[in-house]
Amino acid sequence: MQAVCAVATALGEGAVAVVRISGEDALKVASEVFVPYSGIAVGDMKGYTCAYGKVVDGGERIDDAVLTVFRAPHSYTGEDVAEISCHGGVYITKRVLRLCCENGARPAERGEFTRTAFVNGKLDLAQAESVMELISAQGELTLRSANLTRTGELSDRIGKVRARLTSLLGELAAWADYPDEDLPEVGGDNMTATVDECLAAAEKLIKGYDNGMMFRNGIPAVIVGKPNVGKSTLMNLLLGYERAIVTDIAGTTRDLLEETVRLGDVTLRLTDTAGLRETEDAVERIGVELARKKLGESALIIAVFDGSTAPDDEDKLLIEEVKSCGGRVIALINKTDISEGNGYAELLGGMAYVIGISAKTGKGREELEAAAAELFGGLDPDEGMIFVNERQRFCLGRAVESLERARDGILTGMSPDVVTIDITEAAAALAEITGDRITDDIVNEVFSRFCVGK
Amino acid sequence: MQTDHNYIAEFDIAVIGAGHAGCEAALAAARLGLKTALFTISLDAVANMPCNPSIGGTAKGHLVREIDALGGEMAKAADATFLQSRILNRGKGPAVHSLRVQSDRVKYHAYMKSVVEHTEGLYLKQDEITDILTDEGKICGVRSKLGSQYRAKAVIIAGGTYLRGKVFVGDVNYESGPDSTLPANFLSDSIRELGIGLRRFKTGTPCRVHRRSIDFDKLERQDGDEDIVPFSFETKGKLENTISCYVGYTNAETHRVIGENIHRSAMYSGQIEGVGPRYCPSIEDKIRRFADKPRHQLFIEPMGLDTEECYVQGMSSSLPEEVQLAFMRTIKGLEHVEIMRNAYAIEYDCCDPTDLLPTLEFKSVPNLYGAGQFNGTSGYEEAAAQGLVAGINAALKLKGREPMLLDRASSYIGTLIDDLVTKGCSDPYRMMTSRSEYRLLLRQDNADIRLTPVGHKIGLISDERFERLNEKVKLIGQEIDRVKQVNIAPSEELNVYLAECGTEPLTTGTKLAQLIRRPQLSYEGLAPFDKGRGDLPRDVREQAELNIKYEGYIAIQEQQVRAMRKLERRALPPDTDYSQIKGLRLEAAEKLNKIKPLSVGQASRISGVNPADVNVLLIWLSAYGHKEDEE
Repeated sequence: MQAVCAVATALGEGAVAVVRISGEDALKVASEVFVPYSGIAVGDMKGYTCAYGKVVDGGERIDDAVLTVFRAPHSYTGEDVAEISCHGGVYITKRVLRLCCENGARPAERGEFTRTAFVNGKLDLAQAESVMELISAQGELTLRSANLTRTGELSDRIGKVRARLTSLLGELAAWADYPDEDLPEVGGDNMTATVDECLAAAEKLIKGYDNGMMFRNGIPAVIVGKPNVGKSTLMNLLLGYERAIVTDIAGTTRDLLEETVRLGDVTLRLTDTAGLRETEDAVERIGVELARKKLGESALIIAVFDGSTAPDDEDKLLIEEVKSCGGRVIALINKTDISEGNGYAELLGGMAYVIGISAKTGKGREELEAAAAELFGGLDPDEGMIFVNERQRFCLGRAVESLERARDGILTGMSPDVVTIDITEAAAALAEITGDRITDDIVNEVFSRFCVGK
Repeated sequence: MQTDHNYIAEFDIAVIGAGHAGCEAALAAARLGLKTALFTISLDAVANMPCNPSIGGTAKGHLVREIDALGGEMAKAADATFLQSRILNRGKGPAVHSLRVQSDRVKYHAYMKSVVEHTEGLYLKQDEITDILTDEGKICGVRSKLGSQYRAKAVIIAGGTYLRGKVFVGDVNYESGPDSTLPANFLSDSIRELGIGLRRFKTGTPCRVHRRSIDFDKLERQDGDEDIVPFSFETKGKLENTISCYVGYTNAETHRVIGENIHRSAMYSGQIEGVGPRYCPSIEDKIRRFADKPRHQLFIEPMGLDTEECYVQGMSSSLPEEVQLAFMRTIKGLEHVEIMRNAYAIEYDCCDPTDLLPTLEFKSVPNLYGAGQFNGTSGYEEAAAQGLVAGINAALKLKGREPMLLDRASSYIGTLIDDLVTKGCSDPYRMMTSRSEYRLLLRQDNADIRLTPVGHKIGLISDERFERLNEKVKLIGQEIDRVKQVNIAPSEELNVYLAECGTEPLTTGTKLAQLIRRPQLSYEGLAPFDKGRGDLPRDVREQAELNIKYEGYIAIQEQQVRAMRKLERRALPPDTDYSQIKGLRLEAAEKLNKIKPLSVGQASRISGVNPADVNVLLIWLSAYGHKEDEE
């Protein structure tokens, strides 16, 4: 049986959040996403034991966390359970949850843990009955909130994609079920176009959701620059308190520090990095590699230069590196309190945002805020609200997968009946988001649109 | 109805109606050793085709093969009396390949009547049944219009369109069964007295015309397949087509004549209260609803070898006869057409199939079953499939055996019945491939592998036939294994062939199975490069190829089936009062009380039952000790 997972704590900003995985494969899923620092294999962990380690996405560390293992039947649900206690915050929690889903678990349905717990004799009848009422009430509530969320916009948007797929399925069904009628042939370009459009629409919904969530929970941003150009001072300026160790010795910031900061109307999940310089120091080199990696996954890069010194080769390399990342970049020429210019403005000529700043005095902060607002003001914070929960994102992800299979099928020349199965699957996944079923849709479509029959 | 217990004959099972449903029901029951009576209003109308002279078609062809795989008769009758055979949807993929034949209507009737007559323990009787008899609420027999009483422990109603049948042609209407038979005007009241609600459905049929009045040169000819695949897995030997069909088209003039007279159609004058099938619109319906279509197709189909009558598919109508003649004569090739039988609409009583269990037994009246058009379906094949299921289940029940329940993943028959009893139907139900979510698994070519073991267990399939199937399955498995093992090395000859087929050449060796999976290549086409291939029967080769070619998709569908069956195995007690279950929403409880699903799976498909309700049901089930069968 497939393991199920869910966020077991209330979703919101908090110090710690718990993602619970339950089921026969729970520890298998956990071992895919969690690596204990002690080196012990997750599968070897005994019940009621913990391990400190990192949550990883294909080798990349996402968060430090604690894994607690419960062995059947000694767990809440009575099955094997793994609980990942990660840092609180909606973004990171959902990312961990999604990771579990990508590694073999599926999102739990309403009340599923409790149901399992009951089935395994963990709750008595009175408890179970109150749970039944609760589930039922929650069902109504979710349904209502699904309908109310942004006045049903989710249903509308999903509905549009679904309607296109249903229409295509209707054509395919009429074409298959009424071979003797003179109906237009389906398939080829028309089918590819519809599948592509629906795929794009579904992907856009997912992206909109992720963007929205990102906006609400902070835009991943990173500060880069040579050692001692004032990155940590900048961080402290933005934070409003001393956080990073600021010394005059280059290379003091070795760990990556992430903080949530407000920049005008924009929230950033800002990471301060060690410099990017080549170094012999093994520990520092790790910091440099981490910084590089962070560059690749940030939506905003703040590149800091020391305006009090002339640009050198390292600065030029940094500019190249930053440009090649593809993210949005703000270049800051720091230490305007000491010196203006030194030729950075020319060097940074091709960049959209070049701002002189004094991290020490705070001069230039307003320009920085304005730049950030310009860059990210266009993101709609409500996008993230159109989904009620991660389950719906999961359904949408399934629809995308099915549509991709359908497209590949068409491209490789699979027969229409098989491609139809994938498209049906996609439509079914979309229907599930709003709690519908689809087979009747298609049959109705056939009879309302096509003149078929003896 | 009270009874005085004077029976003129005693049976185990009485089947009312000898159409396609009734014949299969009676044959199955008798073959399972039950003494069975089959009643018909006219012995000359046994297994009659009052509409198109044809068996099979999309999804319907699947039903016929499944009927055969379970041990029914329809496929054999169709093979014995066909005039032309075609596989539809070649090129659209194996899931939608469907077999259809044009049939000799009279020969089909004669064949089936003869099989019924020669079946031991089966008694065919011409008598109109007017009453279903009960004794202290239990089914005990039937009574005919002549007052004769027949004892029976179970009764199967397969009344087709006979129940209070009423024919409409323009503003003329009269009580009648199909094809000018007598209507069954009394049985409906007796059914209602048992507490079963009835409603009105309607259907229609086009005119039959004389062959000599058709100018075939002006029509397109349509021939059957060269290489005919029979319906029955048991039919051997070469089959030959004996007739051609012809295709014609309506035109603007046809539409004008119909448009000007549409107010005279019984359909539009408001005389008909019954709900008609959406998939089978009359020509006046088509013209009104699809006004932008410049023409509609029609097919001329011979009714048999010993008659000049031809059926005109596509032209069903309830317009007055003079209008029928006028619009028919506007069609190219039919300028001088002579109508031999006019088109008409027919309205009849039928039940609400959500009153039935998946065994087709009425929930409220034990041992009373419904099958065929009476259950709200349409089509000979849908009828026969239900007849078979009702006959088998009535017999199994009387023998004290477990019922035969076919789920959606087992067959189109299972899908048909689940749709009927779980969702019901608001117009006559037609089987379509798009109704099955597992259609890549439920192919017409593997119906025997899916269902013959079930038929054998029930007792309708002989040990010899079951053994033949096991041998076939073994050979298929061996060939699949071999093809997955065989290495194919790149060679110039092979790469030339691959290029011809439009697929990439090989640079390194690969397994034969990998090549077969390429959509451009086939098992047969690769024969020259597969030296070790044995001499295998065609159906074995075909199954091996399909299983390899679609392995990935089949695996996905099988996974969906496993998920579905998990809930299907959680049985719900039939006497459950859902209004007493805490936490169920009112709407869900009402629906569940009406449908009385046999399993949580069936419950989950009822509209108005949502996933939260399903969770509540699962908890409730566990709470009250109804333990599910875990895998």
